Amino acid sequence: MENVIAVVIGVLFASGVYMILRRSIVKLLLGLMMLSHGANLLLFSMSGLRRGAPPLLGDRTARPMADPLPEALILTAIVIGFGITAFTLVLAFRVDQAVNGDNLDDMGSTDR
Amino acid sequence: MTHHLILPLLIPLFTGILCLLAGDRRWLARSIALLGSTVGLGYAGFLLWTVWSRGLQVTALGSWPPPYGIVLVADLFSALMLAISALMGWVVLWFTFATLDPIRERVGFHALYQFLMVGVNGAFLAGDVFNLYVWFEVMLIASFGLMTLGGERGQLEGGLKYVVINLVSSTILIIAIGLLYGTFGTLNLADLVRLMSETQPPALLSALAMLFLTTFGIKAAVFPLFFWLPASYHTPPVAVTALFGGLLTKVGVYALYRVFTLLFVNQPVYIHDMLLLVAALTMSVGVLGAIAQNNVRRILSFHIISQIGYMIMGLGLFTVAGLAGGVFYVVHHIIVKTALLIIGGGVEHLNGTGQLHELGGQLRQRPVLAMLFLLAALSLAGVPPLSGFFSKLSLLTAAVAERQYAIAIISLLVSLLTLYSMTKIWNEVFWKAAPGSGAVPMPVGSEWGIVLPATILVTLSVLLGLAAGYGLDLSTTAATQLLDANTYLTAVPLP
Repeated sequence: MENVIAVVIGVLFASGVYMILRRSIVKLLLGLMMLSHGANLLLFSMSGLRRGAPPLLGDRTARPMADPLPEALILTAIVIGFGITAFTLVLAFRVDQAVNGDNLDDMGSTDR
Repeated sequence: MTHHLILPLLIPLFTGILCLLAGDRRWLARSIALLGSTVGLGYAGFLLWTVWSRGLQVTALGSWPPPYGIVLVADLFSALMLAISALMGWVVLWFTFATLDPIRERVGFHALYQFLMVGVNGAFLAGDVFNLYVWFEVMLIASFGLMTLGGERGQLEGGLKYVVINLVSSTILIIAIGLLYGTFGTLNLADLVRLMSETQPPALLSALAMLFLTTFGIKAAVFPLFFWLPASYHTPPVAVTALFGGLLTKVGVYALYRVFTLLFVNQPVYIHDMLLLVAALTMSVGVLGAIAQNNVRRILSFHIISQIGYMIMGLGLFTVAGLAGGVFYVVHHIIVKTALLIIGGGVEHLNGTGQLHELGGQLRQRPVLAMLFLLAALSLAGVPPLSGFFSKLSLLTAAVAERQYAIAIISLLVSLLTLYSMTKIWNEVFWKAAPGSGAVPMPVGSEWGIVLPATILVTLSVLLGLAAGYGLDLSTTAATQLLDANTYLTAVPLP
């Protein structure tokens, strides 16, 4: 299972980086979302993926315990990512209105 | 165990919420913001005094014992940063009142301002790496709002670059946190220190150190990760630039200090040489970039980068003297850089332009502002007896004591170039005759809202220079605490 997740993370990162390097804002944002999904999955798989193990400290049977902490962490990260995604979508919309197009090369008027 | 460490988070949070509730009533939002900032400043002063006289303060939130619960830790460096950022928040607020347009103030500027302070304060207090990430995000989201509030084209362009690079940096931080948790099974800083001293360094350690260096390097704007800063900092209203320039990159520097004094000490072995190299490149590339610019705020933005190099130099030296110089430099830099951005931004606000060739004659027109700029600029360049001289001197003596002559010479040359670049602003903005017909542009507000905060900050810089002995005492104690991980370890009660 970990191997599959590892490949998924790799694919997400590769396509995310590819999308970030494109010239359109929408693709840039899609790339950012993929990167953050990849990072979240990586955080998720860090304590090992276990099936059917209880995440409780009190259960001291011989069965292995699932670690609930990474899940709590990615929950936080997902919520933050959700908020930021919403913000960046609005930002992209406003930039599109202001610059009249979504070509990133047109956004150098402040760099001169 | 104290419980009042939560206050630096609660005070700005509630102030921000109340500012939102004030809605359209500008004077109400202003009074709430001012009251909240004043209370926050008072508390930060109290905390600094408490940490100075009684040592590290720790709060375990919800009484969950560390390493399971969330801990807030204030050592002297944190308390110092908290106090100085609360002061900047208070001072820049006056500048905001004088220069910000009423529309932005009505649509939630003051609330975002306070939420930014929540994030900044949280990052200084965080006792585990994941909380550090969360507070960074709080700070970033508020800063995204402040950066783009108003929706002018320039703001949106600069904002987009700022947002994207910071999101990439946050992603790298999550990766680093994930790998750190996978390696050690904990994210509590004290617990990590304990585990790292007890176990063999794992194979991933260099990768982890580099990931943290990259992510916090982007946030601190070190070479070669600084390009977002000069592309975005000159686009928002002048008050926002003054706040950002003083505070935001320094939170990144704080995180670098925290992580590379607690977790990655001489592991990997080349880390301190690498930091010194980064410092040398950051300070020289930053100042060279500044020389090539022709806009007041862009010049000052590049100087932020250059100055970050000095702070990283202190970290790279990794001796008590070096770190003390670095801490002193951070404090001096926040004060002086905010002062310069207030004066430069104020001139831009009063004249309606920040382009050097369109400005001029300000010495005759506004002599008080010109004198304040001169003092702040000389302090930035490091002319005695101002605070810049003593912070640079302590870094230099630390470098020479460690026989790092290359970085010492580079830092001296960069000081010279800083002076040159400041002279350029002085000549173009204040000294030369006003261009064109010499017609005085209509001022868009009173000059005193700019002079007052600038005077406070410049006076502080002068006082910090005159009382440099006390300043160095404080920063040396802070550096001793930073270098001795045991202080941190004993303060946080681990099972």
